[in-house]
Amino acid sequence: MVQPEIETVETDVLVLGGGMAGCGAAYEAAYWAKTKGLKVAIVEKAAIERSGAVAMGLSAINLYLGMRWNQNKPEDFVHYVRQDLMGLSREDLVYDIARHVDSSVHLFEEWGLPIFKNADGTYKREGRWQIMIHGESYKPIVAEAAKTAVGDGNVYERIFAARLLLDAKDPSKIAGAVGFSVRENKIYVFKAKAVIVTAGGATGVFRPHSHGEGLGRIWYAPWNTGSAYSMMIQAGAKMTQMEHRLVVARFKDGYGPVGMWFLLFKAVLKNAKGELVEQKWADLLKEWEPYGSGKPIPTPLRNHQMMADFRAGGAPFYLMTDEAMQRMFQEAGNDPKKIREIEADAWEDFLDMTMSQALIWASDNIDPAKAPTEVVLTEPYLMGSHASGTGAWVSGPEDIAPKEYFWGYNRMTTIKGLFAAGDGVGGSAHKFSSGSHVEGRLAGKAAVAYILDNGATPTVDEGQIQAIKAELWKPFENYEKGKSGSTKDDINPNYLFPKMALHRLQKIMDEYAGGQGSQYITTEHMLQKGLDRLKVFKEDLQKQAARDLHDLLRCWEVWDRTWCAEAHMRHMLFRPETRWPGYYYRADYPTLDDKNWKVFVNSRYDASKGEWQLEKVPFLTNVS
Amino acid sequence: MPTYVNPDKCDGCRGLARTACMYICPNDLMKYDADLGKVFSKEHGMAFNQEPDLCWECFSCVKACPTGAIVMRGYADVVPLGATLTPLRATDSIMWTAKYRDGQTKRFKFPIRTTPWGSINPFKDFPEPSPADLKKETLYGEPKWLMVDQLPTLKK
Ligand SMILES: Cc1cc2nc3c(=O)[nH]c(=O)nc-3n(C[C@H](O)[C@H](O)[C@H](O)COP(=O)(O)OP(=O)(O)OC[C@H]3O[C@@H](n4cnc5c(N)ncnc54)[C@H](O)[C@@H]3O)c2cc1C
Ligand code: SF4
Ligand code: SF4
Repeated sequence: MVQPEIETVETDVLVLGGGMAGCGAAYEAAYWAKTKGLKVAIVEKAAIERSGAVAMGLSAINLYLGMRWNQNKPEDFVHYVRQDLMGLSREDLVYDIARHVDSSVHLFEEWGLPIFKNADGTYKREGRWQIMIHGESYKPIVAEAAKTAVGDGNVYERIFAARLLLDAKDPSKIAGAVGFSVRENKIYVFKAKAVIVTAGGATGVFRPHSHGEGLGRIWYAPWNTGSAYSMMIQAGAKMTQMEHRLVVARFKDGYGPVGMWFLLFKAVLKNAKGELVEQKWADLLKEWEPYGSGKPIPTPLRNHQMMADFRAGGAPFYLMTDEAMQRMFQEAGNDPKKIREIEADAWEDFLDMTMSQALIWASDNIDPAKAPTEVVLTEPYLMGSHASGTGAWVSGPEDIAPKEYFWGYNRMTTIKGLFAAGDGVGGSAHKFSSGSHVEGRLAGKAAVAYILDNGATPTVDEGQIQAIKAELWKPFENYEKGKSGSTKDDINPNYLFPKMALHRLQKIMDEYAGGQGSQYITTEHMLQKGLDRLKVFKEDLQKQAARDLHDLLRCWEVWDRTWCAEAHMRHMLFRPETRWPGYYYRADYPTLDDKNWKVFVNSRYDASKGEWQLEKVPFLTNVS
Repeated sequence: MPTYVNPDKCDGCRGLARTACMYICPNDLMKYDADLGKVFSKEHGMAFNQEPDLCWECFSCVKACPTGAIVMRGYADVVPLGATLTPLRATDSIMWTAKYRDGQTKRFKFPIRTTPWGSINPFKDFPEPSPADLKKETLYGEPKWLMVDQLPTLKK
């Protein structure tokens, strides 16, 4: 087993993860860093040009206010998010994203992102908040701006960020991070005065619908493995709403998004009997007041209606693409040129952001203008940027946040100098690609302000680095020591390969923590059992084995997912109510309890004791 | 719906500074193997997808491959065989060809970028930031880039 070389990099601002939020953070920090000649470095486990959830592109920007055309005010967006997520959001953070987001979108257009326009020059909307883009190159464009801003020498690609480092003299402060190269035997120690965690959400925590060769064809990106949450949890940062998972309706097997079909094409969801699911189950919403009678119907409640119909025998469900397209053809007077444009829009939605769905149409001989396509609910994901709110508990902006939610620097976690953005920040859903970018920018600017106020050079304990190095390389050692125990590599009593570890985690979560295979149902007893199993699983994870750097990457991804799984279960256990039916059900507490539980659930892991502390934190807002 | 590499087309990116597919794959799946060419009586190495069941079918490698060697095949456990979806990406647009299992084809072309690659000047037309601005809520270029007079705030 070859021991890794250690390379030390000193920087002022360190950005971990080069997705939408990371690119925003690096870009903005680079601008403000200029005042004092500070250095900004960005670390990414893949290539920033095509990394993260936007790797394949997007066909819409889901958050744009259009303040310049008086289309929406930030307050309007807060009201929408409040309704969609059944009352619970950090409204200071939501407002802050809303008031800034247009500036990122205008920059995207300036940089070269093609945006659909109306005849009067306004952006073409898909829905109230969404605008349409030709977004095949969305990520490469945003990446180009970020990489150019920080400068080539400060971009570290193919490095997996594994651990945050706390200051050896003052452990309430951040000191940097440790990662390893996925290309050479090398561990990187980044010493930094401020760190911004933008390593995305968590997929693959639950057993997906897809299996076999299709295991990776899930809706959210399979390479977002929960590193952001895991690193912050282990460092002792407070986390919020780790119970607030996401489940969404998507085209079956290809996981194609449905947003454009619902919002722009006005396609409807019907069950196998041709009934409109939303109409049929309208009364069900009354059990979830005050949100049930609000408009639009919250995302979890729409799922809830589908689940009710599933149990009543309504499946399979279909999105009526055919009816919608035929109606649009008619409205266009069946003009062949217009028909062609409508067809191109329909296909581009997938060709820009979920090509597999288009390939499935071709494979199943489905012409969306002539036949509907099946829709199902996905497995759960943990993410803070979509219609869900897992992530770090961060300070809000000084001028908006209630004083209890402000501690000096916007988007700073409860660890001094540690910031987060995008999927990494909890309690502020619906930021999507544009809101994640702008939130990264907010964190990037605040990180520079923090450094200028508190810029002591961090101290890193060498002994700790050696210990992390030994820990990170342990899977190689496990393999070398254990491999003589069997005539075949992948069946061996001494170790576990990461693929089987992943399957084991997904099975535990699916069966005990309300996965799709359990109809999203869980209870106190199930969660306790799940946590027991997870404890034993974590013991076995110490025996994960790696043959090469690719395996090593997978080993630590499984660990990150496991930390997310544990946080998720502990949070669900702590909240004795069903706040988001359609995301998950606490069958032992099947109703919404606004009186006692319209509060945030926050957690903190204390590494010195190996203990979790959970608490209720009051919901406060300055937005009326 | 994982990728596979057509051995007749892959030349191991031998003329390039880096292996395009291996460089770009967001999930570290495409792998260059110097000895793989020998199996096909070629003198150069070749690439393969080392973990097809974790492929997102994002087409990043397909678009990046200079020889058009990488193809997407519907995932065997669900998707019927026979259809193909092929991108051809130029600097300002992309063309997609979908060939159905029953033989019909559809072709679409979309713009991808309105400016030349490499042309972004990140902080164009803006002065060096001042430390006083660092304490304000406005981001780089705001309110100009918001295209409104001022950044909204709340009366607390
Ligand atoms: C199919 C699909 C459709 C979507 N549709 C839309 C849409 O129409 N409109 C819209 O606005 N939004 C859409 N979104 C949502 C949008 O993509 C996300 O909200 C946004 O990308 C979140 O930004 P982020 O920076 O937090 O995460 P990401 O952009 O995913 O970035 C996370 C980054 O961290 C890196 N990383 C992870 N772990 C590590 C580690 N340990 N070390 C180093 N780097 C690491 C990843 O490689 C990645 O680059 C969609 C997403 C998907 C998947
Ligand atoms: S399609 Fe995407 S995930 Fe699959 S091998 Fe190519 S680049 Fe990697
Ligand atoms: S990019 Fe294409 S030609 Fe180059 S190594 Fe990969 S498959 Fe072969």
